[in-house]
Amino acid sequence: MRILKAEELPALADGAGILGTGGGTHPYLELVLAQKLYREGAQVSLMDASELADDDLVAVVSFMGAPLVSKERLPEPESVCEAVRGMEAYIGQKFRAVMSIEIGGENAFLPVLVGAMMNLPMVDADAMGRAFPEAQMTSFAIDGLDLFPFSLADIRANRMIITRSASAKWTERIGRVVVVELGSIAGTCKAPRTGAEIKKHAILGSVSRALTLGNAVRRARGEHRDPIDAIIDTESGVLLFRGKVDDAARRTTGGFVRGRASIAGLGADTGKQMTIDFQNEFSAAFIDGKLSACVPDLICVLDAENGEALGTETIRYGQRVAVLALPAAPIMVSPKGLPLVGPRAFGFDFDYQPFSGKAA
Amino acid sequence: MKRIGIDVGGTNTDAVLLEDSRVVRAVKRPTTADVTEGVRNALHGILEGGHGEGVEAVMIGTTHFTNAVVQRVGLERVAAIRICLPAAAALEPFIDWPADLRRIVEGPVFLIGGGHEYDGRPIVPFDGEAMRRAAESIKASGVRSVAITSVFSPLTDEAECEASAILAEACPGVAISLSSTLGRIGLLERENATLLNACLRPLATKAVKAFEQAIADVGIAAELYLTQNDGTVMRAEFAERFPVFSFASGPTNSMRGAAFLSRLSDALVIDVGGTTTDIGLLRNGFPREANSTVEVGGVRTMFRMPDLVSLALGGGTRVVGNPPKIGPTSVGYEITKKALVFGGGETTLTDVGVASGLAEIGDASKAAGIVPDIRAAVRQWIRDEIETTVDRMKTDARDVPVVVVGGGAFLVPEKIAGVSDVVRVPHHDVANAIGAAIAQVSGEIDRIYRDLSRDEAIAAARIAAEDNAVAAGAARDSLELVEVEDLPLAYMPGNSLRVRIRVVGDIA
Repeated sequence: MRILKAEELPALADGAGILGTGGGTHPYLELVLAQKLYREGAQVSLMDASELADDDLVAVVSFMGAPLVSKERLPEPESVCEAVRGMEAYIGQKFRAVMSIEIGGENAFLPVLVGAMMNLPMVDADAMGRAFPEAQMTSFAIDGLDLFPFSLADIRANRMIITRSASAKWTERIGRVVVVELGSIAGTCKAPRTGAEIKKHAILGSVSRALTLGNAVRRARGEHRDPIDAIIDTESGVLLFRGKVDDAARRTTGGFVRGRASIAGLGADTGKQMTIDFQNEFSAAFIDGKLSACVPDLICVLDAENGEALGTETIRYGQRVAVLALPAAPIMVSPKGLPLVGPRAFGFDFDYQPFSGKAA
Repeated sequence: MKRIGIDVGGTNTDAVLLEDSRVVRAVKRPTTADVTEGVRNALHGILEGGHGEGVEAVMIGTTHFTNAVVQRVGLERVAAIRICLPAAAALEPFIDWPADLRRIVEGPVFLIGGGHEYDGRPIVPFDGEAMRRAAESIKASGVRSVAITSVFSPLTDEAECEASAILAEACPGVAISLSSTLGRIGLLERENATLLNACLRPLATKAVKAFEQAIADVGIAAELYLTQNDGTVMRAEFAERFPVFSFASGPTNSMRGAAFLSRLSDALVIDVGGTTTDIGLLRNGFPREANSTVEVGGVRTMFRMPDLVSLALGGGTRVVGNPPKIGPTSVGYEITKKALVFGGGETTLTDVGVASGLAEIGDASKAAGIVPDIRAAVRQWIRDEIETTVDRMKTDARDVPVVVVGGGAFLVPEKIAGVSDVVRVPHHDVANAIGAAIAQVSGEIDRIYRDLSRDEAIAAARIAAEDNAVAAGAARDSLELVEVEDLPLAYMPGNSLRVRIRVVGDIA
């Protein structure tokens, strides 16, 4: 267990932005809030999963709702604390630590905020290893763990618990209806996890991965080196393509932003065309029509100059970008993982294929 | 119709007289520390031609308010009211401001119950009682300018209007800035814009009065307008209330002037000044807007700003040694003292241009000593810099025309990769003042519409934008649509569509 230092917070934000793969964006507001809590004397400890006792309980938290609402209402970690307290009251036990459902995007900062406000350490782990659009796209769901009880709360002190649901899909469906009524943003606490479950079923080292990525990009920027190279050096990922965005088309269906971005190759990729299909996150990338990388591997579209992560809602005409593929956690590409998070789960009619250069 | 356009730059105050789309007279005068004197001198310069009769409007573009924020000068302490509780309480107003600016501007801060959800429902009922207490407290504090921001006010400004009415009653004469009139969705950035606006209000009143005085002093009976960063103007009394809209209007004016002079509405514009070159893209005659957050004086805001790339390349850029090290520093406004062709001791890009026969400025013999390989290296560097940036700004692979303006326009090569035609225009060195003179009036809206078809949502947004334009001084029947952007929203029920629309028309 070690203290997560104030100087590390910006790197965590940058790393979480990159691991957001276009859906979760750079958590600017959450970063400002974490820095404020640190200035006021808070400090959060980062613990390795191995430090948990098997019967310790971990609160797995996230925001649920529309990212745009958070831009207006600002992050409301108090609603998440309320969901955690609601869960503690329901199960009659206290949590030992907190962790995020996903390391990509805004949710990556929740354990820092909740940890600071409830004086709990955060676990160096998550359940996605990236960002995904739906709550059942987790390592816990893939391994068949129960996803209830599930608590939700808002800042008006509305608190509720789904004590039982027929499936992960049902938790998601019921949760969405409630969240819409609450103003399309709520704090949630997922099914409590024991230390033993975390060690066996969570994706370990996620926070460290985000920190390493963020640090690499920040260091490269400071030394005027190419941040894209710096990422490739620290991750076992590959550079798929460099180019200029020449089209981005979006539409919403079923509450998700879907669309396609098109990128004209530059440099070594001159003359080639990449298209990326997205469904909140970037889901599949093709070069001249041939599949290049797909979910659950991470497709990251970064500003070619400063290494900043671009989102499916912010990618636009004329941007110079580098497209990277980073490997998904092994559980995600396992035979039981792919039906939930592989290309077919996102409506594509092809099977998962590792990106070229990915270690088998 | 006669109009005078004035651009107050860091070095020169340029003025032009336009009559029925014809440039009748153009002058340059040095910018003065108090700004107004330079404006008065430029106006005198215009009138020396004997063309003062019948001028209907004077349009001034100024960086005065941006500079005030950047230099932390002339700013008012303001009170912040945020209508949000129990939401949006975790991050207080001013949270991400630079400490020095925050110390100067931050006054009493109040968070009050109310605000709305994304679908227009109240978060909780507006807490009028708390607002009345805040108003009393502001009255007692002596603060004279107040920023009011309510959650989702771009959707419904109800709470901000109620709060404003209570404040106006308790504190007569206090300047009130409402976030719903200033910005888009994104509470912190919109609130920051509102706070900046509030801290500039007294300065704006002072500046507008001084400009009006300068116009009266030279004997012109014309209405005063200030230019905005979207290439349009606002009436003086509107500008007094919305000084932040003038941020970054200079580069926008240059691009609008380039569109007017070249009669091209879709082109790239290269504006070469003394210190920097701005490259931007014209679409429908207006600069394409940047789509992201913008920092002004270290404060994160979200404004409609032209999407520009600035290069450290200007007429005053220093050239040192052989092989030459070029820039990034510039002799700036001291070019008329320091450049070789003006008898100074420093080699600048202007000197290299003169030595290469690209322009006749100052005494060419004094630059004759610049050897051919320096000239060649410098010209290659300029070409590389411009070609790279032009390619970056283009939105597709097709060749585009480029309009070249600004005092250093002669530095731009005749052939540029990816460019169909390098267009040079008369009066290019006062393109910014011309852009001010031709400016129209705009109205904008950025709202979320639910359960309407895309066409219905856009139609509703258009009416709202037109109402805003008319309020800013436009003639309703002249309004045209210049920008439509619709963005479907993730994780929202029904068909939620965010629509941003801008309309532009002639002065009423």
